[in-house]
Amino acid sequence: MAMTTAIQNLQAADSSANQTPFLVVDRVSKVYPTKDGSYTVLKDVNLTVHQGEFICVIGHSGCGKSTLLNMVSGFSHPTEGEVRLQGKPIIKPGPDRMVVFQGYALLPWLSVFENVYLGVNSVYPEKSKAEKTRIVKEHLAMVGLADSMEKKPPQISGGMKQRVAIARALAIRPEVLILDEPFGALDAITKEELQEELLKIWNDHRCTVLMITHDIDEALFLADRLVMMTNGPAADIGEVLDIPFRRPRDRARIMEAPEYYKLRNYALDFLYNRFAHDDTE
Amino acid sequence: MTLAQKRTPTTSTRKPVNSKLMQRLDDIVSPLIALIILLAIWQVLASIPGLTTLPTPVRVVQETWMPLIAYPFYNNGGTDKGLFWQVMSSLQRVAIGYSLAAIVGISLGIVVGMNQRVAKSLDPIFQILRTVPPLAWVPIALAALQQNQPSAIFVIFITALWPILINTAVGVRQIPADYNNVAQVLQLPKSEYFFKILFPAALPYIFTGLRISIGLAWLAIIAAEIVMSGIVGIGFFIWNAYQNNQVSEIILALVYIGLVGWLLDKMMERLQMLILPSGQR
Ligand SMILES: Nc1ncnc2c1ncn2[C@@H]1O[C@H](COP(=O)(O)OP(=O)(O)OP(=O)(O)O)[C@@H](O)[C@H]1O
Ligand SMILES: [Mg+2]
Repeated sequence: MAMTTAIQNLQAADSSANQTPFLVVDRVSKVYPTKDGSYTVLKDVNLTVHQGEFICVIGHSGCGKSTLLNMVSGFSHPTEGEVRLQGKPIIKPGPDRMVVFQGYALLPWLSVFENVYLGVNSVYPEKSKAEKTRIVKEHLAMVGLADSMEKKPPQISGGMKQRVAIARALAIRPEVLILDEPFGALDAITKEELQEELLKIWNDHRCTVLMITHDIDEALFLADRLVMMTNGPAADIGEVLDIPFRRPRDRARIMEAPEYYKLRNYALDFLYNRFAHDDTE
Repeated sequence: MTLAQKRTPTTSTRKPVNSKLMQRLDDIVSPLIALIILLAIWQVLASIPGLTTLPTPVRVVQETWMPLIAYPFYNNGGTDKGLFWQVMSSLQRVAIGYSLAAIVGISLGIVVGMNQRVAKSLDPIFQILRTVPPLAWVPIALAALQQNQPSAIFVIFITALWPILINTAVGVRQIPADYNNVAQVLQLPKSEYFFKILFPAALPYIFTGLRISIGLAWLAIIAAEIVMSGIVGIGFFIWNAYQNNQVSEIILALVYIGLVGWLLDKMMERLQMLILPSGQR
């Protein structure tokens, strides 16, 4: 797992290597046309992600993190370059790359159960009703919502909503799970609980995870690699940090490790000294 | 009230119920007092000789007591029927015309809302037709349909149609991007998208349209019936009374019209409360 950035970049460049990499962002640029000329958000971004990897993306607000992940989910298209999943270019959204949306995106008129069932039913139409119900219940139990299945989203807390969104995403067994700042709006305790649940589930499912975060500690706890982006316009991946902590991870143990602070300071230095934001946030 | 507030511990659980009851009572008593004051002012003004030929409220009741107030259900055949039957005939027309408007308005509204191009081309036409007053449709309806009954229904239909159509279209267009993104990533089948996302998301807007329209439909039927001679209906009843210089009967009919209009609105409000989930009102 502890491969160096250099080797991965080499792999990205040399796609004639014996096995096709799982997910490749290949020289991707994104330009938005605006009133006063075109605006380049991302320029020549390269990234190779291996199957089952947990990747966190960090960077200042507005640098283009969502833009990058939207091109993986298929909601937006690269102006130049392409994104490939298992060798095939991504052209539109699909359940193999399930998204946990920034605002949960639960349907308020459906119960918690129905929200998750909607996805399972759409992705596995051939399965029996009993089987689909079982899948939904299993995943809701996994995020600790077995008792709240009949509630409607307006009746549950933010943390519970995020749990439903995660259960909905995982219940359809995506190859890639994309999370855009999933825990940003939650209080510290709920956030840590959910991080641990997410890790546990990821351990069972072994899907590939791409997650945007603003929280370095969160990234260090969750990720195999931390992608650090430079500032926009024309942002790029500045550096990819390997996070070598052994799994299963224990938050307290990690934070005692001397490496933890080295990595943390390195990331902080990247964000606040080398690529400090112009305007204060 | 003040006493109840002072006896704190034992009555603390009962207080909200009590104050709620008081509030309910207040909701009824205050408007009642206002009504009595207004009636008194009317009584005084109408009693001043030479000021107006309008009857006083007392005279209105005296003159219309037999048979209109006392026997709302009498039926002498022809247009000589009690006010209950007059109102029912009008309501029947409203029910037919309004139902048609709801069916056509909602379906057309969904089509218009889903299709940018159709919306762009039709919107100005809707906006112009919407402002045509109900009465202006009457001669066209009579010319086109020849008979009173279908003409009256058409006038209701055309008056009630626009708010339903326009609001439905807006509702469909305002579906949050998040919901559509969920549908896209799950690749929901068309029918699932319609029943689980589009329709429920637009429902609050549809209800807004339906509620505006029920009021308009009731306005329109009065206007339409006034022009159409020889039919049973509260509108023609007024016209007939005017021809015979029975001002008290007109006033009584106005009271009926107001009450029925108010009831119709309350009914729609109830329906809205019943059908819309609490988070969406
Ligand atoms: N449709 C668009 N048209 C024009 N510019 C856009 C569009 N979408 C995004 N941008 C611009 O692209 C840049 C990157 O946006 P993006 O949402 O990817 O940032 P982000 O890194 O996710 O920020 P945050 O951390 O605040 O979510 C921003 O400057 C934004 O203004
Ligand atoms: Mg973002």
